[in-house]
Amino acid sequence: MSAQAALPIQSHILSILVDNEPGILARIVGLFSGRGYNIESLTVAEVNNAAHLSRITIVTSGPAPVIEQIKAQLGRLVPVHNVHDLTVEGPHVARELALIKVAGSGEKRVESLRIADIFRARAVDSTIESFVFEVTGTTEKVDAFIKLMQPLGLVDVSRTGVVAISRGATPL
Amino acid sequence: MATEQREKQTMSGAELVIKALVDQGVEVIFGYPGGAVLPIYDALFKQNAIRHILVRHEQGAVHAAEGYARSTGKPGVVLVTSGPGATNAVTGLTDALLDSIPVICLTGQVATHLIGSDAFQECDTTGITRPCTKHNYLVKNAEDLARVVHEAFYVATNGRPGPVVIDLPKDVQVQQGHYTGPQNVRHKTYRPRVEGEADKIRQAVELMAKAERPIFYTGGGIINAGPKASELLRELVKLTGFPVTNTLMGLGAVSGTDKHFLGMLGMHGTWEANHAMHDCDVMINIGARFDDRITGRLNAFSPGSTKIHVDIDPSSHNKTVRADLCIVGDACRVLEQMISAWKEGGFKPNTKAVKKWWAQIDQWRARDCLHFTQGKDIIKPQYAIQRLYEKTRNRDTFITTEVGQHQMWAAQYYKFEQPNRWMTSGGLGTMGYGLPAAIGVQLGHPGKLVVDIAGEASILMNIQELGTAAQFRLPVKVFVLNNEYMGMVRQWQQLLHGGRYSQSYSESLPDFVKLAEAFHCVGLRCTNPADLDGVIDEMIKIDRPVLVDVAVDKAENCFPMVPSGAAHNEMILPDQPASAPGASVSEEGMALV
Repeated sequence: MSAQAALPIQSHILSILVDNEPGILARIVGLFSGRGYNIESLTVAEVNNAAHLSRITIVTSGPAPVIEQIKAQLGRLVPVHNVHDLTVEGPHVARELALIKVAGSGEKRVESLRIADIFRARAVDSTIESFVFEVTGTTEKVDAFIKLMQPLGLVDVSRTGVVAISRGATPL
Repeated sequence: MATEQREKQTMSGAELVIKALVDQGVEVIFGYPGGAVLPIYDALFKQNAIRHILVRHEQGAVHAAEGYARSTGKPGVVLVTSGPGATNAVTGLTDALLDSIPVICLTGQVATHLIGSDAFQECDTTGITRPCTKHNYLVKNAEDLARVVHEAFYVATNGRPGPVVIDLPKDVQVQQGHYTGPQNVRHKTYRPRVEGEADKIRQAVELMAKAERPIFYTGGGIINAGPKASELLRELVKLTGFPVTNTLMGLGAVSGTDKHFLGMLGMHGTWEANHAMHDCDVMINIGARFDDRITGRLNAFSPGSTKIHVDIDPSSHNKTVRADLCIVGDACRVLEQMISAWKEGGFKPNTKAVKKWWAQIDQWRARDCLHFTQGKDIIKPQYAIQRLYEKTRNRDTFITTEVGQHQMWAAQYYKFEQPNRWMTSGGLGTMGYGLPAAIGVQLGHPGKLVVDIAGEASILMNIQELGTAAQFRLPVKVFVLNNEYMGMVRQWQQLLHGGRYSQSYSESLPDFVKLAEAFHCVGLRCTNPADLDGVIDEMIKIDRPVLVDVAVDKAENCFPMVPSGAAHNEMILPDQPASAPGASVSEEGMALV
């Protein structure tokens, strides 16, 4: 829509509580692809085993009316309990975990360790010529760490995508 | 006690399904057997509560179920086999999704241990139907069967209605399981909002009372909310004296002959309805979704109006058109609330302004946009429908249609007095819808007159269902407006593509009279305007399925027309010069459907 093309595009973190039933992820992902919405990251895991509930965290982007439409469309799916837009609902914590493989020797290897220390990343695997670092933080922090590792022998990156939760005592 | 004991007994999955259907009040199933549903067909064989209607193609089964659902208000039920049975049902399911029709579709599936092995007649039914159903289930355990069937009926009929698929692997159909009655099943999450928020209702009636140029714009939501919603809408129209227009899906919500009714709006809507929508200051949309056939070019849609939008589905709000007051709720309930808020608040319409508004509307009406001239030689399609209307208006008649010009003419020239009398494929625009839908309608209304207004191209898409009509002695009438063209395609090619009629001529047509006879139906033909009344009388009189082949003007176009990309008040009329606004299509419009 041309009218919406002019609106600023914003990134939103959506937290969706769903019944953990077969096909639920396909339903959510199919909705995004079928209606032409973006997914920047998606995480999913069961959060309540007894009640068979999973929480899906999706980072999506679009103009405000599109984000509203995404939430309404998600809310319409039968196995969806609720949809929360953490970006607009108030203070929240958002974190990503990444595993980053760096190979090198000599000064580069030492430098990667020093930077890992600054980022509070832990080496969770080591060989004579490589490390696997585990780093947790905001998307920006993980991005920054990966960027710094690039010249130091970055081999592989595996990251979880954003998980998020609201601050304070009340549940979502 | 006896019931409890019976419920503790086990039975086969197939029997569980049938028992659950019976307890849901199902009287008729539309289906087609095959390997993966044989146990269910065996269970059907052993009972008498449910009647099975054998269709000739699974698409026909779903459309028949839709016709049944739309005319009775009860969900339609379909039973098809795995693989091709399921994929053939997909068009019907998508049609039911887009028009919000409650349908339960049971599909057979290969045994659970074979799923994923590319077994014979296997397909990923839940995967394929996920985007074209409201919800779907794959049942892997007979113990879940009764609950899933009851849940499926709840989901299909509550909130915004829609199709639900239940995929039933063959081993689950023969497994033993326990039965649970519908009273014991409550859906975990799905609780659509029915009641409108009181303060928003108050705001709505305040806006209505202040309105100078109001209009009610109502759609299929009124029909889906049940006949009471139509009664309430009529009451509210009477209370306020406001004009009302209906979408294609919403025809029959108010009487087609009521002076408050401006006719259908949209791409082939009336001059007065579209102008009133464009110039109104308060628009009250109840159960319609600002479809692109209604709005025309979005940035020119009713620019000066305050929009109230009542819809049971929150995702309909602000999807394409931003509304100023969005009310989530069931159309019937919200109308009730509006009427009581209006009465209790002692609200009165702004009579002086509304009178002035009506004077303007009467000027638009005087344009007489549906005027046509019937000559002596060739039957005008509009005339054929007008005569059909005049000949059937004094009895309770149900009309279905295929898709194309004939459908729009039917919507324009046939006037409906009651809801649930008009069954047409709106959202998906499915050619081949009308005949199977008519079969479903006839089953729900034995003894009533059911007419499928068809085109010669559309009718061929599900012509095989004449066999179903013959087998079950369903005296449906197929009224074919035969112009030897895919008329709407031809019209667009004439108006938008320089008259290059690429592939739109209906070449090598069958002899429809002989075709009807070959299917044990009656075939009639009419080529002369003077004979039309007689042929219609004969069609009505014959208590058997009849196909009438009416030869109509081949070059007739459907007007008014809002060309694609034009504003909704820029309509082409037949007597307009080509230079009139809207008569040419913008480059952007060329890319729109």
